[in-house]
Amino acid sequence: MAEVAKAKDLLFKPIIENNPIALQIIGICSALAVTSNMKTTVAMCVALTLVTMFSNFFVSLIRNQIPGSIRIIVQMTIIASLVIVVDQFLRAYAYDISKQMSVFVGLIITNCIVMGRAEAFAMKNPPIPSALDGFGNGLGYSFILLILGFSRELIGSGSLFGVTILEKITDGGWYIPNGMMLLPPSAFFLIGFIIWVIRAVKKDQVEQDQFRITANSRVSDAF
Amino acid sequence: MAINKDSVSGTLIVAVLVCLICGVFVAAAAVGLRPVQEQNRVLDKRLNILQAAGLYETGMDVEAAFERIERRFVDLESGEYVEMPDSYDQRKAAKNPNASTALTGGEDIASIRRRPDVAEVYLSVDDAGDVQVIILPISGYGLWSTLHGFVALQADVNTVAGLGFYEHAETPGLGGEVDNPRWKGQWPGKRLFNDSGELAIEVIKGTVDTSSDKAVHQVDGLAGATLTTKGVDNLIQFWLGENGFGPYLARLRADAAEPAVQGADDSVTLSAVN
Repeated sequence: MAEVAKAKDLLFKPIIENNPIALQIIGICSALAVTSNMKTTVAMCVALTLVTMFSNFFVSLIRNQIPGSIRIIVQMTIIASLVIVVDQFLRAYAYDISKQMSVFVGLIITNCIVMGRAEAFAMKNPPIPSALDGFGNGLGYSFILLILGFSRELIGSGSLFGVTILEKITDGGWYIPNGMMLLPPSAFFLIGFIIWVIRAVKKDQVEQDQFRITANSRVSDAF
Repeated sequence: MAINKDSVSGTLIVAVLVCLICGVFVAAAAVGLRPVQEQNRVLDKRLNILQAAGLYETGMDVEAAFERIERRFVDLESGEYVEMPDSYDQRKAAKNPNASTALTGGEDIASIRRRPDVAEVYLSVDDAGDVQVIILPISGYGLWSTLHGFVALQADVNTVAGLGFYEHAETPGLGGEVDNPRWKGQWPGKRLFNDSGELAIEVIKGTVDTSSDKAVHQVDGLAGATLTTKGVDNLIQFWLGENGFGPYLARLRADAAEPAVQGADDSVTLSAVN
């Protein structure tokens, strides 16, 4: 990126046009793991957005001092420190949520979005645009996660943020919850649907075929 | 910067500085937030004690409810109550060679290696001062981690009032289902001892056959978590067995068996005195 991008683009482009999950297809693991209810989803979104923003900021701040040979491990050190701090804060002020999210807070360290933005953007851009880019990508990630968390908790448990919306049949209501929505694969299906919708509207996101698939062989070919 | 950042010394300097600064940053956060985290842990532990005992209702004030619960200390060898300072920490004691006993391979079914000599128990008392629920700390190794929790018994020292774990790192969704209220809901009402007084409670693999006469002693295993299930079974066998709270429970049962007689004696003495 030769020219300095506009702040608005940095912030909002990653939401639909360059979404880290839907277009770049990274950061899927945690999107599956923590979205079975809204509480952990929101906590994860806030945690990841903060980490991406600050890691981009700090990496960018020292980008001219980082030796090329150890740049990845320097980025990792900064990201890991930030994640531990976020984890400590969650443990202190949101103990329940931190218990539910267990290892997934720590796994933000290996989330490709954080690392990817540090390497692809922050290493080449000044601190403020980098922080904005990190925040924007965090928003893009959050956008998808919130859709997932919303649908999964509503359809899977009939509630939002633990508050019952659809009275479940087991509690004397009418709603039969779809248990599959609470399992990780459902997030995969939902992400697929979201990507489909985005690409149906924004045709430029559809990727070119990398090679042509040959036609299926017919039975007559064998004889 | 005067130093060439890509030289060996430059690389080393940057690496050391980054590590130092990050280290200080992380340490400051960890140390600074520790008091709040500690408070959370205490609150969480109390909440778990209440939940295990079946005394917890959503939204209640944990601190206030805990006033009805008495903390006592038990010498595990003899099963007698002993006096210990308030600051006694059973989990720390289990690591201290002077305050714990090493377990040999055969004894150590819960894989905890050392057992503290003195354990804490929590007694929930009613207004008249009678013990309603006895809450015992339990711990043992599952698949990935040591599970720490509580089992609560009714005053008859035979019926389970509840069970819960407040700390573990089992696989979320599989072994982590030990936290599932539906699974925990099976425990209340189960009996520890069979008619001949032997410890009979067990967590079995699969689902309990309700028509079996053992059903009152059995709890369903967790689907997809054989080793966690085994771990929970082992730790129950250990802590309720003779190397755990066995002597204490035996003493309580002996006491519980004769309160009527004792009560009668008391009233006789009383009337005699009057």
